[in-house]
Amino acid sequence: MAAILIAGFLFTQGADNEFYFFASYVVLQGLVMAVAWNILGGFAGYVNFGSAGFFGAGVYTSIVLNKAFALPLPLLIVASGCVCGLLGLATGVLTLRLKGIYFAIATLAIAIMLETVASNWEYVGGAAGTFVLQPTEFFVFDSYIELLFMVMLSLSILAMIVARYLSSSKIGHGLSAIRDDELAAECMGVPTLRLKLVSAVTMGALMGMAGAPYPFFVTFIDPISAFSLLIAVNAIAMPMIGGTAAWYGPVIGALVLGLVQEISTVTISSELNLLIVGVMLVGFITLAPQGIVGLARKLWLKKRSP
Amino acid sequence: MPLLEVRDLTKSFGGFVALNGIELHLDPGERLGLIGPNGSGKTTLINCISGALFNDKGTVVFEGRDITKLPAYKRARLGIARSFQIPRPFKSMTVLENLCIPLEYAAWKRVDHRRIDDEAMEILDLIGLSDKAQDNSSALTQIELRKLDLARALAAKPALLVSDEAMAGLSGTEVDEILDILMMLNGRGLAVIMIEHIMRAVVRFSERIIVLDAGKKIAEGVPDDVMRDPKEERAYLGE
Amino acid sequence: MFSAELVINAVVTGVLLGGFYAAVALGLSITFGQLDIVNIAHPTFVIFGSYVAYIVNENFGLDPVLAGIAFAPAFFLLGMALYRVYYVCFERTGQESLSGLTFFFGLMFIIEVFLILFYGVDYRLVSAPYIGKTWHLGFIDFPLRMTVPFVVAIVMTGGVFLYLSKTYMGRAIQAVSQDRLALQLMGADPIKVKQIALGIAIATAAVAGALLIIIQPVEPSVGRLYIGRVFAIVVLGGMGSIGGTLVAALMIGVIESFIATFYGPSWAPAVGYGILLITLAIRPQGIFGRA
Repeated sequence: MAAILIAGFLFTQGADNEFYFFASYVVLQGLVMAVAWNILGGFAGYVNFGSAGFFGAGVYTSIVLNKAFALPLPLLIVASGCVCGLLGLATGVLTLRLKGIYFAIATLAIAIMLETVASNWEYVGGAAGTFVLQPTEFFVFDSYIELLFMVMLSLSILAMIVARYLSSSKIGHGLSAIRDDELAAECMGVPTLRLKLVSAVTMGALMGMAGAPYPFFVTFIDPISAFSLLIAVNAIAMPMIGGTAAWYGPVIGALVLGLVQEISTVTISSELNLLIVGVMLVGFITLAPQGIVGLARKLWLKKRSP
Repeated sequence: MPLLEVRDLTKSFGGFVALNGIELHLDPGERLGLIGPNGSGKTTLINCISGALFNDKGTVVFEGRDITKLPAYKRARLGIARSFQIPRPFKSMTVLENLCIPLEYAAWKRVDHRRIDDEAMEILDLIGLSDKAQDNSSALTQIELRKLDLARALAAKPALLVSDEAMAGLSGTEVDEILDILMMLNGRGLAVIMIEHIMRAVVRFSERIIVLDAGKKIAEGVPDDVMRDPKEERAYLGE
Repeated sequence: MFSAELVINAVVTGVLLGGFYAAVALGLSITFGQLDIVNIAHPTFVIFGSYVAYIVNENFGLDPVLAGIAFAPAFFLLGMALYRVYYVCFERTGQESLSGLTFFFGLMFIIEVFLILFYGVDYRLVSAPYIGKTWHLGFIDFPLRMTVPFVVAIVMTGGVFLYLSKTYMGRAIQAVSQDRLALQLMGADPIKVKQIALGIAIATAAVAGALLIIIQPVEPSVGRLYIGRVFAIVVLGGMGSIGGTLVAALMIGVIESFIATFYGPSWAPAVGYGILLITLAIRPQGIFGRA
């Protein structure tokens, strides 16, 4: 992991073309969202449709705190993480006791309600949106974008470490048991509600943290872009395409889908890009439900036993 | 002190009274058979004891503690384990991993954390599934699934094991296999409540039998007495 | 502020709106209530229906309601095909909860993007002789652009209710969620029954879509605003109860109308979701559902 961080740093020093940093930021942001989504979706089996809600809440927390107190970015990230972690807790407490579908709809509900609130809130610009200034200090980097890239890279690594730890630990086993058969898990001593809440909080916090730097990346935010459906769809599509069973599945999915999207946005058009995401998602779900990881495993098994 | 005491247990689903004032007690290490026609409330009673359901009235006392309001996972930690009428393995895990769950959770305080895998293998040896340890649990046969369910319940290191129709749908020799396993487990100090329809198994196994019908206890006693009681026959065959 | 005139008009508007909402929720009530299929894309199918009605109305001048009814059979076939895919990919393998759900989410996204690609994000409307006219009954206003859809919606809801309770296939549909085996013993193929059920559900979306575009201008993302309302209605009304769906729809319509009248229309979408969350927290089986 440290190697990746160092490699990223060297990259910023070496490369000149700013476009790579823009593109990489977007892909890495998707990665954080995907890994976070998978903690509750893939590990525990509870689908979150409202990832945009957590992301957007992180965005707006960042905007509000920046406007009110001019806090530096790291604090904004931590604050967004806390706020969205609490949001995950609240959502979970309300709905994780019920069947998975109710949780899924509740997440969608919360996303839309948050968007409505943001649209009506004058302090952050309401529906018209607000401008955000990029700070002028870049420390050791050549531009602010390179700084943001490093920030997102660090968040990605954090997300991966968290996901990897969760999946191989006792908590991860418990989550798998919940996903396989919640009633049996409960009877085997797994505190199902508690573990689900832990997942929800972790997921929420990571998504909020992914959202915190976004205002500085785009410099202009309005509720529609902050709570964009594309973010929610990507957060689901990347893990499902990559494979939800392993912690690295979403990483693969994010890299693949992220790259495809960046390429198609530049070469074809951004609307067609949306269609590609949707089609890939549905395609993989129907034809390869275990994702790329699953396909790879099947091929591997076939090779071993002729 | 009795291991388990159920007093005046009542449970309704909407207007339907599934259990009506059930009284039950179980001593440590005892073998209790629970029989009755379909729909008499046997599984509901087990669900209320294990915590999968909460009763409306009455109390459940385990090892002197009132557990009526405790959620299922806490009861599992205290030492109540169960198998299911239709086996419910964790399908994405291997047989061994299936056992690690109760060892890591329900039995956490009763187990050496560094030896979880070894403990799991020991239990598989005991039950007779050790050669399947690395196989995915969804690839097992009917009787292997039953054994896995029992092994998993055993991995919770319980004081009480409830076996819910573990022999349903099995052949004659398979029934004997399961029976032997249950006797062996009881021999190690486990109290067992056996719900079964296969009469010869219940009679051979139980020290005491309780008969349920339409949510009420209609007979209780040693197998010979209960088998001869006309009430029990009527419950099964009708008037 | 709370003049009697304003209140009564708010109630009337709410009832008219609620009746229409029932039409939108009807399809979901069938799929979610009877088939246990969580078609989160249902509102998007309704929007699709709106666009179909728009295209027909724009190019052929046909009345939108008639357009909706004319295309209902096509939507019926679409629903049947949809069930086939769903069954083969998800129900058979037991993956409904995660993958099935996501499947419909992806479908919703694809349909929305498709519409954006072809028609952009501009609002579309239809023209019909009764849009813009209003009946007056004393001080009570009955805008025809809402009254006509209300009538059609009630008729359709009533029709579906009768179909489900009186016909053989209708009762089979009700039975398939409760006892698959009994159904098979009766000689009905559960898969075929479910196919027809989903077909009917999507067919109602065609009509509901036509009604929607009469009531208000439509653009592709409007569907998402309806997800909350529709699920709120189905959950509040109780799973599988058409009557419950109607009552819940009317309730939500009236509440929304009040909020819009006295607090401003921009809060109206939040009402549905808010009610949904509250219902889930307090009484998840809804008003008419069984505990």
